[in-house]
Amino acid sequence: MADVIETQLIVLGAGPGGYPAAFLAADKGMKVTLIDARERPGGTCLHVGCIPSKAVLHAAKLLTDARDATHIGIDFGTPKIDINGVRGHWQRVVETLTGNLGRLSKARKIDYVTGRGRFVDGRTIEVEGRGRYRFENCIVATGSVPALPPSLHLASSRLMDSTGALKLEDVPPRLLVVGGGYIGLEMGYVYAALGSKVTVVEMTDGLLPGCDRDLVLPLHKRLEKLFDRIYLKTKVAKLEETPQGIRATLEGEGVVDKQPVFERVLVAVGRRPNSRDIGLDKAGVAIDERGFIQVDERRRTTAERIYAIGDVAGEPMLAHKATYEGKIAVEVIAGEPAVYDARAVPAVVFTDPEVAWCGLTETEAQRTNREIKRVRFPWAGSGRAMTLDRTEGLTKLIVDPETDRVLGVGIVGAGAGEMIAEAMLAIEMAASARDLAMTMHAHPTLSETIMEAAESLYGLGVHQMPAKR
Amino acid sequence: MASEIKLQALKENVDTVEVNAVKVSPGEVVAKDQPLLEVQADKAALEVPSPMAGRVAKILVKPGDQISIGQVYCVIESNGEQPAAAPAAKSEPVPAVKKEPAPPASQPTRSVAVPPLHKPQQPVIERPSPAPPPAQEKIVPAGPATRRLARELGVDLRQVRGSGRHGRVVEEDIKEYVRQLASGAAMAAPVAGPGIQPPPLPNFEEWGPVEVQPLGAVRRATARQMSLAWGLIPHVTQHDLADITDLEAFRKQQSESKGPKLTVTAFVLRACAVALREFPTFNASIDMANGKLILKHYYHIGVAVDTEGGLLVPVLRDVDKKHVRELAEELNAVAQRARERKLDAAELKGGTFTITNLGGIGGTAFTPIVNWPEVAILGLSRSRLEPVVRGGQIVPRWMLPLSLSYDHRVIDGAAAARFTRRLAELLENPLMMLL
Repeated sequence: MADVIETQLIVLGAGPGGYPAAFLAADKGMKVTLIDARERPGGTCLHVGCIPSKAVLHAAKLLTDARDATHIGIDFGTPKIDINGVRGHWQRVVETLTGNLGRLSKARKIDYVTGRGRFVDGRTIEVEGRGRYRFENCIVATGSVPALPPSLHLASSRLMDSTGALKLEDVPPRLLVVGGGYIGLEMGYVYAALGSKVTVVEMTDGLLPGCDRDLVLPLHKRLEKLFDRIYLKTKVAKLEETPQGIRATLEGEGVVDKQPVFERVLVAVGRRPNSRDIGLDKAGVAIDERGFIQVDERRRTTAERIYAIGDVAGEPMLAHKATYEGKIAVEVIAGEPAVYDARAVPAVVFTDPEVAWCGLTETEAQRTNREIKRVRFPWAGSGRAMTLDRTEGLTKLIVDPETDRVLGVGIVGAGAGEMIAEAMLAIEMAASARDLAMTMHAHPTLSETIMEAAESLYGLGVHQMPAKR
Repeated sequence: MASEIKLQALKENVDTVEVNAVKVSPGEVVAKDQPLLEVQADKAALEVPSPMAGRVAKILVKPGDQISIGQVYCVIESNGEQPAAAPAAKSEPVPAVKKEPAPPASQPTRSVAVPPLHKPQQPVIERPSPAPPPAQEKIVPAGPATRRLARELGVDLRQVRGSGRHGRVVEEDIKEYVRQLASGAAMAAPVAGPGIQPPPLPNFEEWGPVEVQPLGAVRRATARQMSLAWGLIPHVTQHDLADITDLEAFRKQQSESKGPKLTVTAFVLRACAVALREFPTFNASIDMANGKLILKHYYHIGVAVDTEGGLLVPVLRDVDKKHVRELAEELNAVAQRARERKLDAAELKGGTFTITNLGGIGGTAFTPIVNWPEVAILGLSRSRLEPVVRGGQIVPRWMLPLSLSYDHRVIDGAAAARFTRRLAELLENPLMMLL
C-alpha cells in the first residue's frame, strides 16, 4: 500500500454540509482534505437536488403563470417547449455553481479528492484508487440517497428517482408520481406544467405529510386542477413493465382505474441516510435503526474525533440544516463552545403556491398536547396578493399562550419560501407576536400578512372583517 | 492657559467616586458650571460642573474609572486660545499630570474575599401588573448570538435575568451577570461577620482563563450593606399568601380611569403603612450597645429598584399619609429617576422598612436580606392563579406570595406571623386600609 497521507481534517462528502465545513476549517487554519465521489463540490443539493430542481421549477412557474395570465387579459398562446433548453438551463446553473465552488475550494488550499471514501479504522479513510488518508478529525457528511422500497423495484428505464426525473429525457404523456411529499409534488408540478398528465399516489391521508393541513389545502386545490389525479390513502402494490409503459397496481378506496399504465414512473417516497458501505462499523461510529449516525449536540459521533452532519446525521434532511451543523462541527473541533441549539429549521416546498413553515407546527402542538395560540391571516385580505391575482395564500402564527412568543410560523402562497426568513429570525430572536405587529412592513408586500396575523392577536388586523354581532 | 481641573469635594464622606459618563469631548467649548462628568458617589449620581469657561483640551478619565478628591480629571484651556488648537498639540503640559486611576490600583480592592455566603438579591422595578403568570420557560428567550456568548462565558442562560420584554436576555445582560458573579463575593471584608476571616482566593487561572473587573460604586455599596446586614442580623423569613383577587379586580377596573397606573406595590406600600402602625416594633431599630429599641413615629418605606447600575433603594416618605394613587405616582417617578441615576443621596436614606418585589420575574418565595438598620423587609413574589378551597368549593384565586424577613433580635416569630397575616388580610380586603 502506498504511503498514508496525513491530514488534520477530513470532510467526507462535499455537499451543502461538507463543503462549507471544509471551507470554514481551512479558514481557521486547518489542513483539510475534502473527499467526494463527484468531480466538483456541491453534493446532491447542487448537482441533482435543490438547485437543478429549482431551475426547472422556475420554468414550470413561467408556464403556469403565462397560462394564468389569461385571467388578467394576456394570452401568450400555446408555449413551445424545447425540453433540451429547459435541461440546458439547469445544467448551466449547476455547471457555474459547482465550478465556482471548485475554485473557492482550491483558493483555500483544500485538498479536494475525487473518489469514494471508506473508513479503514477510527483514524484512516481509504479512497478508491487514491490511497489512504490519516486524519486527526473527520466530519462525515455523506448525505442521503433516494429510497426505493423493494415492492417498487423494477428493472425499467421508465422508472425514475428524483435524479432521473431531473434529466428531463422526455415529457411523458402520463406520469405516475409515487409519494406526495415535497419532491414528488415539486417534480410532479414540473412535469404537469410541461404537459404530462400526472397522477400522484400518496399512502397517508394527505399531501405533504407532517405539514399542517390548513397550509396544504390551498396547494392541494391548485394541484387538483393541474394534476390528472391525486390519490390519497392509496398504495402502489406492484409495478410491471408492459410494451405501452409501466402498469401500476393501485390499492385504495377512491381508485377508479386500478391498473393504469404510465410512460414514466417517479418514485419519491423519501430518502435514506447514506451510511452504508462507508466503513462506519470499522471506525466505531454507531448508527440507529433507520441508518442515521447518532450524534450529540456538538455533532460528535460515538467514535472519538469523528463527527457527523447533514442528512446522514438525522432528520430533517435539509441542506441548510447540514450547513448549520457543519459550522458547529468545525467550531467544536477548533475548541469553540458551539452546540446545535437552533430553535427552528425552515422547510420550504417550492411548488406553486409555495408552502413554508418553521418551528412548532399546529400538528406537532396537538400531538404533544402543547397549549398554543394560533392566528391566521388569509391572503384574501392582502392587497399585494390581489394584485398578483393569487389570493389563495394563508399566513399563520403559532405563539406561546402566555408570553406571545413566536413558536412557529406557517405560510402558503406565492413567495412563501422567501417570507419564512422573517419568521425564522423572529423565532431565533425570541420575538413576541407584538414585536412582529409593531415592526413596520413595507406596503404593499406579502410580508404584511405576517404583521397582520400578529396584529390579530391584539385585536383585529386592519384588513380583517369583524365578526357579525 | 491650560488649567488642570481637579475633582472638588462633592459630598460629605465621599472621597472616591466612579465616573458614570463624560459629558464633554476634547475640543469642545464649555461654559462655567457646565457639567463635565457624571459620577456615582455611593448610590447617588452627581454632575461635576466645570469651574471655568474654556475649551476642553484633554480628558483624563473614562466611564468606569475611580477618581478621588483632588485628582486631575481634565484639562481646560481658558478662552483666548487659537480656535483650531488641536487638543493633541496642547498636551505638552499634560504629562506632568499623573494619569493614575487604574481602578484596581487606585481603590484598595482587597486581595482577599469572603466566600459567597449568599448572592446579593436582585429586586426589580415594579412591573405594572401581575399579568397571567408565565409558564416555566423551557427555553430562555435570547437570540443566537446571545446564546453563543453565554456558552463562551460559561454562563447558564437560565440564571441570567433578561432585561427585555418577557425576560428576553440580551448580550448586555450576560455581561452584567458575569460582572456580578465576578464581584459577588469579592468585597465586604471590612464588615464581614464577627470572627470570619476570609481565606485567600485560589488562583482561578489554574482552571481556565478569567477576567478581572473592577466593582462599580453601586455594587460595592450593595455588597457592604448586604454583608453588614447578613453578619449582624439573625434572619428569619416568614412566608404567607395574600388572596388579591378582589384587589386585582378593583385595580383593573381603576386602571381604566385616568391617572397613574395603580400597581400592586402601591397597594402593598399602603398596607405596610397600616400594619407598621399596628406593629410598632417592625418600624424600629435596635441599639445593642446601649440596650435600647428605637421606635420611629414616621413611616418611610424603601422600595428596591433594579437599575442598570445595580440595586438602588429609594425611600418614599410618610407612606401612611398618602393615598394609593399618590404612592403609585411617586413610586413610578422615583423608580424612573433611579434608573436614570438621578436620585439624590438623601432620597436613599431614612427608610424604616423595605419592600422588594421580584414578582415581575417570577418565583414563589425568597428570603430577602433585612436592610440594616431596619428590622424587617417584605419580599413579593409573582402572584398566580391558584386553586383555593372556599366553602368546600375549589375556586381559582389570585394569590400573592409574601416573604417577610425580620431581625429575630427584635421580632418574635409569632409577631412576624401576625404581621404577615395582617398584611395579607389588608390586601385581601383593601377597604380595611381605609379604616
